Amino acid sequence: MSEQIIIYVPCDAAALSVGADDVAAEIKREAERRNLGIEIIRNGSRGMLWLEPLVEVVADKGRMAYGPVDVKDITSLFEADFLHGGTHALSHGLTEDIPYFAKQERLTFARCGITDPLNLTDYEAHGGLTGLRNALKLSPEAIVDTVTKSGLRGRGGAGFPTGIKWKTALEAKAAQKYICANADEGDSGTFADRMLMEGDPFVLLEGMVIAGLAVGADTGYIYIRSEYPHAIKTMNRAVEIWQNAGLLSGSGKTFDFHVRRGAGAYICGEETSMLESLEGKRGQIKVKPPLPAIEGLFGKPTIINNILTLASVPIVLDKGADFYRDFGQGRSRGTQPFQLGGDIKRGGLVEKAFGVSLHELVEDFGGGTRSGKTVRTVQAGGPLGAYIPPRQFDVDMDYEKLADIDAMLGHGGLVVFGADVDMAKQARFAMKFCEVESCGKCTPCRIGSVRGKETLDKIISGQNVAANLALLEDICELMTDGSLCAMGGLTPMPVQSAIKHFPEDFEAK
Amino acid sequence: MRKINILKICNSYNNQPDALIEILHDVQNEFGYLSKDALVEIAEALNISRADIHGVVSFYDDFRREPSQGICIKVCRAEACQAVGGEDLAHYAQDKYDAGIHDVYCLGNCALGPAVLIGDNLYGRVTPERLDVLLKQKSGS
Repeated sequence: MSEQIIIYVPCDAAALSVGADDVAAEIKREAERRNLGIEIIRNGSRGMLWLEPLVEVVADKGRMAYGPVDVKDITSLFEADFLHGGTHALSHGLTEDIPYFAKQERLTFARCGITDPLNLTDYEAHGGLTGLRNALKLSPEAIVDTVTKSGLRGRGGAGFPTGIKWKTALEAKAAQKYICANADEGDSGTFADRMLMEGDPFVLLEGMVIAGLAVGADTGYIYIRSEYPHAIKTMNRAVEIWQNAGLLSGSGKTFDFHVRRGAGAYICGEETSMLESLEGKRGQIKVKPPLPAIEGLFGKPTIINNILTLASVPIVLDKGADFYRDFGQGRSRGTQPFQLGGDIKRGGLVEKAFGVSLHELVEDFGGGTRSGKTVRTVQAGGPLGAYIPPRQFDVDMDYEKLADIDAMLGHGGLVVFGADVDMAKQARFAMKFCEVESCGKCTPCRIGSVRGKETLDKIISGQNVAANLALLEDICELMTDGSLCAMGGLTPMPVQSAIKHFPEDFEAK
Repeated sequence: MRKINILKICNSYNNQPDALIEILHDVQNEFGYLSKDALVEIAEALNISRADIHGVVSFYDDFRREPSQGICIKVCRAEACQAVGGEDLAHYAQDKYDAGIHDVYCLGNCALGPAVLIGDNLYGRVTPERLDVLLKQKSGS
């Protein structure tokens, strides 16, 4: 028992969902049975989710990957001497050489899957805290300036320039300001916030503290949807570890964190609704202005940023604005963590500079469908995003290029559908989702979604199809123009894209 | 006893009204649902009106005002799971288990759908057969 072999088994919720805990326990039992010294570290996920549970062994030449590992594979893995990198049917060689991983540009997710998520020493050894230390030496204006120059835009979906939002809050005069991290990641097809909170929680805390230094806020709230129990647990523990480490001692600054749970309302991802929820109220949206950066939580200037936005700030402060800006194209700078889901062979997280094509993501990274059917469409940007047909898959993935084809990036989720998807049903679902999740504040969203769903029911059953399609178009226009927020305002996007690109699915049968 | 526990939970958040949603979660976790009496006691502790509490409890899907039967099972009905047979699974679950099955829109396991959350445990690539096995394990343990 002289040597101690290190084995990584992810604790990410997606890995757990396919048995990672059982695999870790069985590896431990088998090693004890064989009297072998091992240490199991529970890392985040590397993002190659089709290979989960992905077990890694630290061998002489690096971390060797095995996956997807089932409990019944453990005996044969030991027999193949996987503890020393032995070859097995589940071997993938060095993890970092797997093309899916090797071809990525990991900035925001630089550490995710590599480190022990709750080990602050590990975090620092892999580049963590450098951004914060640099920020502590800068004036608030200089921090804001760096973020502005980096070109970072809001990764929650709206794509608003982060530096400009911060500048507004910095210039607002108030004794108390707040930083809110929006982890109400409700879009179907998205899981990057969850993966990051479970796999590298300290980078979010570091980003929030830097935001606090930049605008003069000493309190932060992390609003996490209740559907993410693992992320809530990890963030709570990360906050405790971070605060006990006293990272700001001697700087004259303080920063407090509060982790708050959502309660199953999609609309709370909308920023004004989230603020209401954080104040213990119904998650109804509010009319802007006033902007939250001027009058936000408890009426004080508040920065609300998505998890991926805040988690991208430390590397900007670490490597500089130019470093980050050099990734990407046009007005879309830096990298975007894309999430491949639905009917896809190699689903997972792909972080690439803006400008990668949809085709590369779905076919080269994703490998087409899991079911073996041909790809019929990809819904990009969540339930409010457009259905894109294969003839447009050469589109560059950036904010403007997607807008040019009446689509959107949203939070970077891509949901792949095979040949047999019924687009009229998908359009109906978009309206139904809006009906279920509307906060009820404005009429176009509250009533429009119900009427939209009813009209689609008539179209699907073949009643006056042409007249009802015209009516549906009217409802969509009204919702787009008249809704108070993106919920009602963007629900028509999936509906209209489905009608435009797949008209055959709406014809009378 | 119930009242003491509720007051303790409210107190752990310094009886701050902005922590209402946290408090409601904690009370529901402790008692399984939010009874009328519990809501009155929370309103008094936080010094807010019962109407305010009613507004909040009825707005959010997570909160139950009736005792629930057994463990909470959330089946994802969103697009990524629809693309891999999630609707068939949801209909199967509703037909066979009915009470205790809740619709949810995205569990963040979109590459490994269909996804189901049982209590605080997430499961991926769930087929009707796997759901039966998982629920049998839960009721057996």
